[in-house]
Amino acid sequence: MIETERTGDGTNAQPPATGEPVVALSQVDKVFANGMRGLEPIDLRILPGEFVSLIGPSGCGKSTLLKLIANLIQPTSGEIRWWGGDFDHVGTAGRRLSFVFQDPTLMPWARVGANVRLPLELAGTPSSEIASRVAAALAHVGLTKFEQHYPRQLSGGMRMRTSIARSLVTNPDVLLMDEPFGALDEFTRNKLDDDLVRLSIENHLTTVFVTYSLYEAVFLSTRVVVMAAHPGRIFQEFVVDEPPARSEEFRTSTRFAQQCRALSEILTAAAHASGNDEIA
Amino acid sequence: MKDNDATLRTVAPIVVGILVLALWEIGCRAGHVPTYLFPKPSEIATSLYTQWPVLLHALWSTLLVTIEAFVIAVVVGTLIAFVFVQSKLIEVSLFPYAVLAQVTPIVAVAPLIILLVKNTEISLTICATVIAIFPIISNTTIGLRTVDPGLLSYFRMNKASRLEILLRLRIPSALPYFLAGLRVASGLALIGAVVAEFVAGTGGRSAGLAYQILQAGFQLDIPLMFAALLLIAVTGVLLYLLMVALTKALLGNWHESAVAEER
Repeated sequence: MIETERTGDGTNAQPPATGEPVVALSQVDKVFANGMRGLEPIDLRILPGEFVSLIGPSGCGKSTLLKLIANLIQPTSGEIRWWGGDFDHVGTAGRRLSFVFQDPTLMPWARVGANVRLPLELAGTPSSEIASRVAAALAHVGLTKFEQHYPRQLSGGMRMRTSIARSLVTNPDVLLMDEPFGALDEFTRNKLDDDLVRLSIENHLTTVFVTYSLYEAVFLSTRVVVMAAHPGRIFQEFVVDEPPARSEEFRTSTRFAQQCRALSEILTAAAHASGNDEIA
Repeated sequence: MKDNDATLRTVAPIVVGILVLALWEIGCRAGHVPTYLFPKPSEIATSLYTQWPVLLHALWSTLLVTIEAFVIAVVVGTLIAFVFVQSKLIEVSLFPYAVLAQVTPIVAVAPLIILLVKNTEISLTICATVIAIFPIISNTTIGLRTVDPGLLSYFRMNKASRLEILLRLRIPSALPYFLAGLRVASGLALIGAVVAEFVAGTGGRSAGLAYQILQAGFQLDIPLMFAALLLIAVTGVLLYLLMVALTKALLGNWHESAVAEER
C-alpha cells in the first residue's frame, strides 16, 4: 500500500535530503490499553532538513505517530531510533527535540519571558546565557515588545508564537508540531505558516507537522505522509515539488493549486480506504 | 468610568446602611419599643462607647483564637493536602475522616474538647481549627490535582523532576483554589471561635465576644449584646476583605477570578 509519488516532471526540485535519518521507525505499531489498534506496523524515516507533514482522516493515528516520535507514548512493538540510538541520548547538543502542542499550553501566571525561559531553566542552563537566548527567541517570532505581558493579554496567534519561541529557545534540531495552528483563523494561520518556513530554514530544523489542512501541508512540507484510518496506517507519500524557501508567491501560484489538487485526490482515496471501527 | 464604578460600589452600600439605621432609630422611637426588647442604634452606640474596655478585651480574645485557628488550619490543611496528592491510597483512606470532622456539628463536639483540654484558649482554638480546616484541605487537594495536562506533558518532556513540577506547576495551578479555600476558612474560623466560646461560656470559662453576649443576655443588657454582635460582624467582614485583598495581590495579573474587567 505504501508508495511514493513523484510529482511534476518526476524529479525533486530540491536536492533530496540525505544523511543518517533523524528518526527512524521500523515496524512500529500501537495498540491502546482498551485493545483498540491505533497504528498498523509502519516504517518511516525522517531525514535531516526535511519538513514532513502527517495528514489524513480523523482516527488515522497521525497524532499517535507524532507522540511516538516525541517519546510521549511507547510503541506496542517495533523500534524507534533517534539519530541511530535510543531516546536516552536525545537532548544533547545536535540531538534536541522540541514539541509544540495544539494549544499554546503556556503558564497563565507567568509572563511571556518567563514562559519562554522555562525549558532553559528546567535544563539548568546558566542564567547568564538565558537572557540573551530568550531575547533571541522572542525576536525570531516578533514578540520582543511583549516579554513583560501575561498570556491572557495576547491574541491567539501571539500566544501560539510564544509557544513556538519557547520551543525554539532550546535550539532544537527537530520540531514536532501537533496541529499547532488548527484553532487559528486562516489569516493568522497563513502568517504563522510563513514564519514557520522562515524559522525552519534559518534554524536548519527538521520538522514533523500534523495538520488537517492540505493547503497548509503543501505550503509547508517537503514531503507529505498521507495516512488512512481504521486501522491507522501510512497510505501514500507525496513529495512537494518546490524548493523549501516559500513565500506568498507560491501560495497563489498554479504550481501550488496543482499540487493541492493532486494531494486532495490522494486524501480522498485515503478516506475511501479507511475502514470503520471494526478490527480487521 | 472605572472610577465611577468603584465609587458606586463604596457609596451605595453606605447609603443603604445609613437609611436602615435611620429607619430603625425612627421606628423604635415612634413605636416606643422598650430597650430590653429591641434597642435603638443610638443606645447600641452608647453601649459600645461606655463598655469599650470590656468589649475590646473580649474582641482581642476572640480575634486571637480566630487567628490562631486560621493559621493552624492553613498550615496543617495545606500539609494534609500535599500528603493527599502524593498518593491516591492515602487520599481515599483519610479523606472520609476529613469529611467526618467537617460534618459533625462543632456545637456537639465542643463540650468534649473543652472538657478534655483544660486550657480554655487551646480548647477554643482546637474547636475553631476543626471547622476551618476542611475547605483548605479540599480546595488545596483539588487545586494541586487540577493541572493543565498539556503543561504537565510539557514539563515531563523537558525531564522536570517531581519537585520542579510541584513548585513550578502544581503550586501555581493550585493557588486560585487555595485562596478560595482561605476565604471560606477565615469565616469559618471566626464562627468556630464564637461557637466554642458559647459552649465554654455556659461553663463560665471564656472571655470572648460570645461570652459577652451570653453574660449580657443574663443581665438583660440588650444594647451590649448588639454591640458585641456588631463587633463579631465587623471582624468577619475585615477578615473577608483581607482575604479578597490577598487574592487580588496574588492573582490580579493572571487569573480570571481576580483580573479587573477591561474596557
